[in-house]
Amino acid sequence: MASTSQDKQNQDESNETGRWASLIGGGAMVLMGLRQRSLRGALTAIAGGTLAYQAATKKGGIQEALGMDKTITVEKTVTINKPAAELYRFWRNLENLPHFMKHLKSVTVISDKRSHWVANAPMGASVEWDADIIEERENEFISWASVEGADVDNSGFVRFKPAPADRGTEVKVVMEYAPPGGAVTAAIAKIFGEEPEQQIGDELRRFKMLMEAGEIATTEGQPKGS
Amino acid sequence: MKAVCWHGTTDVRVDTVPDPKIINPRDAIIKITSTAICGSDLHLYDGYNPTMKSGDILGHEFMGEVVELGSAVKNVNIGDRVVVPFTISCGSCFFCNRDLWSLCDNSNPNAWMVEKIMGYSPAGLFGYSHMTGGYAGGQAEYARVPFADTGLFKIPDGLTDEQVLFLTDILPTGYMAAENCDIQPGDTVAIWGCGPVGQFGIRSAYMLGAERVIAIDRVPERLKMAKEQSKAEVINYEEVDAGEALKEMTGGRGPDSCMDAVGMEAHGTGLEGFYDEAKQALRLETDRPTALRQAIVACRKGGTVSVPGVYTGFVDKMPLGAFMNKGLTMKTGQTHVHRYFRPLLERIQNGEIDPSYIITHRLKLEEAPHAYEIFKHKKDNCIKVVLKP
Ligand SMILES: NC(=O)c1ccc[n+]([C@@H]2O[C@H](COP(=O)([O-])OP(=O)(O)OC[C@H]3O[C@@H](n4cnc5c(N)ncnc54)[C@H](O)[C@@H]3O)[C@@H](O)[C@H]2O)c1
Ligand SMILES: [Zn+2]
Ligand SMILES: [Zn+2]
Repeated sequence: MASTSQDKQNQDESNETGRWASLIGGGAMVLMGLRQRSLRGALTAIAGGTLAYQAATKKGGIQEALGMDKTITVEKTVTINKPAAELYRFWRNLENLPHFMKHLKSVTVISDKRSHWVANAPMGASVEWDADIIEERENEFISWASVEGADVDNSGFVRFKPAPADRGTEVKVVMEYAPPGGAVTAAIAKIFGEEPEQQIGDELRRFKMLMEAGEIATTEGQPKGS
Repeated sequence: MKAVCWHGTTDVRVDTVPDPKIINPRDAIIKITSTAICGSDLHLYDGYNPTMKSGDILGHEFMGEVVELGSAVKNVNIGDRVVVPFTISCGSCFFCNRDLWSLCDNSNPNAWMVEKIMGYSPAGLFGYSHMTGGYAGGQAEYARVPFADTGLFKIPDGLTDEQVLFLTDILPTGYMAAENCDIQPGDTVAIWGCGPVGQFGIRSAYMLGAERVIAIDRVPERLKMAKEQSKAEVINYEEVDAGEALKEMTGGRGPDSCMDAVGMEAHGTGLEGFYDEAKQALRLETDRPTALRQAIVACRKGGTVSVPGVYTGFVDKMPLGAFMNKGLTMKTGQTHVHRYFRPLLERIQNGEIDPSYIITHRLKLEEAPHAYEIFKHKKDNCIKVVLKP
């Protein structure tokens, strides 16, 4: 029996979903596999494709037409000398995140799935959004995405994977955010730094310091000559 | 308090700055009783580290008395007399667990700076520029010590400051450099540089079983100390070509291991020296590797090159062909000070070594600008300065 084009599309999507699931679970660089797909779309698909998120799954549309497609995607991995369960537990309590994510003012948990995020913007201002957890697998994986009305449209995941031979846990964060343009874009650029890779890298490093050493190394507040 | 601050190339001043305070739970505050100037400080003094900022407090070889403790430090008490390793180490990461303390993952808040140049960041260091953390140093009346529960070593009664002060850096540095020479019975070790690190390198090479140690420098009193205090054979490289002399002295085979205890500001002679100075001045080359080049070429086939000398950036004209074709091994690193504290303290206690013999100058902290000047220019036979706050 000849397959219909609908079948073919379903087939493609399930292949794509499988490819994604293994990419996220494996040791490769996730961003290399991202190609034209949006992270949000991929995360939604592997979680079972909740249609509520579909509106934002594809890049392009009006944003791109206006030349405002400033979607930024970053990926960073760090190995932490602690069991995955311990790291997962700390992270899953989202209200802990501002301890090591310097740009966050607060995260308030509203329900099991939904939380409210407030991030610092320049000159004392702040940007806010609500986010939903899209999928979680205990001690392994948490993905999230902002819901409609966010100042910054963003999504991402964190994955905890035991390193070979009991060498701790590989913690990978992949994030995508699409600033809405205009003045706010500039503000967002400041929040995430000129180099978002470095920013996320530093935050993961602070997470590692907190988990391994019990505190975050700093020199803020030490003396210096004038 | 008073502290020695860097203000620019060859400009250090004793400033009055705020006292340090506890910032993190694992911190301690030390009242400093003795503090030294190291050859590594000269690289900062001479302006070869682009991540120094005006006002930075220098110093990484210091000891003293515990005066304040963070809430998480339980293994030392107020009033304890302690030495402080110059490397800052958390004690719980992959590297600390493997006894590789100077490679600690968690002590450099500015790791990103180093990652850009080196790929991955080594440990934070006291008073040693912002790329290694920007920590205030110990040429001061007080210092804050992070991770004090792993970074303070108690000194048993009956030992003077001068006997134990160099456990902070140069004694373990000379010792680790000798270990890195992979010394076998009958071996000859050649050591470039008779500064404090080279002097302890010579001693340690003998302690680890070297048959002969040949030391190379051009400063007469340093060669004299190497010869008289540590029984090294010496070569003044301004009088003879060090490579040729080494070949003759080792029966035409070459030294089994070669140590570069000079580092990035090696003095060069002739055209090669001119070439490196010009390139370094123009910042086309950050480090001048004269001693390292010679060590590689002089080393016997299949031998080992140990590099305690500090490099921060890039070098030119490395004889990689010699390194590869002669099948050499190179070992290096900032010293894993924590690893050596106990074994070396024991050697001091049982009289195998009294490291205080290298001290030529005892000065007041206020005299730091003068001390840097004489140490750098080897004036007044200066080999090692200890400052008293
Ligand atoms: N690896 C570590 O953890 C560590 C620790 C401390 C010091 N260091 C480094 O070790 C090196 C030596 O330190 P130091 O305190 O003995 O310094 P120092 O400046 O007192 O001694 C350097 C000596 O090398 C000699 N020299 C210069 N050019 C030479 C050449 N071409 N051939 C032979 N000798 C030459 C100088 O005359 C001087 O005596 C420095 O680079 C310092 O930064 C490393
Ligand atoms: Zn030193
Ligand atoms: Zn560590």
